[in-house]
Amino acid sequence: MEIKVMANILDKNDQIAAEVNAQLSRRGIFVLNLLGSPGSGKTALLERTIAALKDELSMAVIEGDLFTDKDAERIARQGVPVVQINTGGGCHLDASMVRGVLDRLDLERLELLIIENVGNLVCPAEFNIGEDMKATVLSVTEGEDKPLKYPLVFKQAGAAVVNKIDLLPYTSFDLAAATEDITSINPQIALITASCRTGEGLEAWYDWLRGRVAAKKAAAGRKGE
Amino acid sequence: MHEMAIAQGILDIVLKAAADNDAAAVVRIKLQVGEMTEVVPEALTFCFSSLAAGTAAAAAELEVEVMPLVGRCRDCGREFRVERFRFLCPGCGSAGVEIISGRELRVEHLEVE
Repeated sequence: MEIKVMANILDKNDQIAAEVNAQLSRRGIFVLNLLGSPGSGKTALLERTIAALKDELSMAVIEGDLFTDKDAERIARQGVPVVQINTGGGCHLDASMVRGVLDRLDLERLELLIIENVGNLVCPAEFNIGEDMKATVLSVTEGEDKPLKYPLVFKQAGAAVVNKIDLLPYTSFDLAAATEDITSINPQIALITASCRTGEGLEAWYDWLRGRVAAKKAAAGRKGE
Repeated sequence: MHEMAIAQGILDIVLKAAADNDAAAVVRIKLQVGEMTEVVPEALTFCFSSLAAGTAAAAAELEVEVMPLVGRCRDCGREFRVERFRFLCPGCGSAGVEIISGRELRVEHLEVE
């Protein structure tokens, strides 16, 4: 006997992600899912972002990591609330993990929640975790072939940060080719080239975040009226 | 290896559908997996067989249909096969292209006895 099913395999996760997003959206909180390879500079970007924006925006961070809380310690030193999720070897965060820690954050007056995913360009791309948008960090030391090898993380991202551009003279990274590939995968993406070490280019990233937070707040205000 | 989480999702769907239809055993599972998904069919098959051991789906064969990546231009309406992940309309050059196939992760049907 044949049974027609036509069921989406990730439906359960997507439903929980929608619940998480609804809970945060009611308060007008912009939720960013930050993706990238291990060592691409996700945590460094977060440190810079917190230092630049913490007086202006009320923010909190959820740190996804396999086993350690090393990144969470770095974030805590920046003086914003941080919650650690250890996946115990799991290669990605899923929506139920995020739902499980939301009660450890004070959501009152929070404007920006950044969730740093496990360092990986493959697995996290398939799992929504309640975010409004994804942003993907790619460092020039990884090579310009990565967008075409892992197109999904670029297709789904609202912004891509090409990091470590201070190292361009010491690599064979072809910035023009990377730009061409990223923007043909995702013509709407905000592409930002920056160095989290020198700070070059980061103003564009802060502006992008400010814009997203303001848009989310405006949308929540309209709904609340 | 996120194929484990995806395999668990498949098994949950399959066992529920089998139970709803009073099936004793699942013989075949037909999946649709889009070209633009981060799933390796061999890894998925391996994960599924280890998770399904001891269940009604233990002996089930997984059949994967790879769904091509197809876009549709919002401006001129053209539908086209997306090559090298270039989401630009080959007809009018528009960047307003939506994906109409290629992101599937779906259990299509089961064969049970």
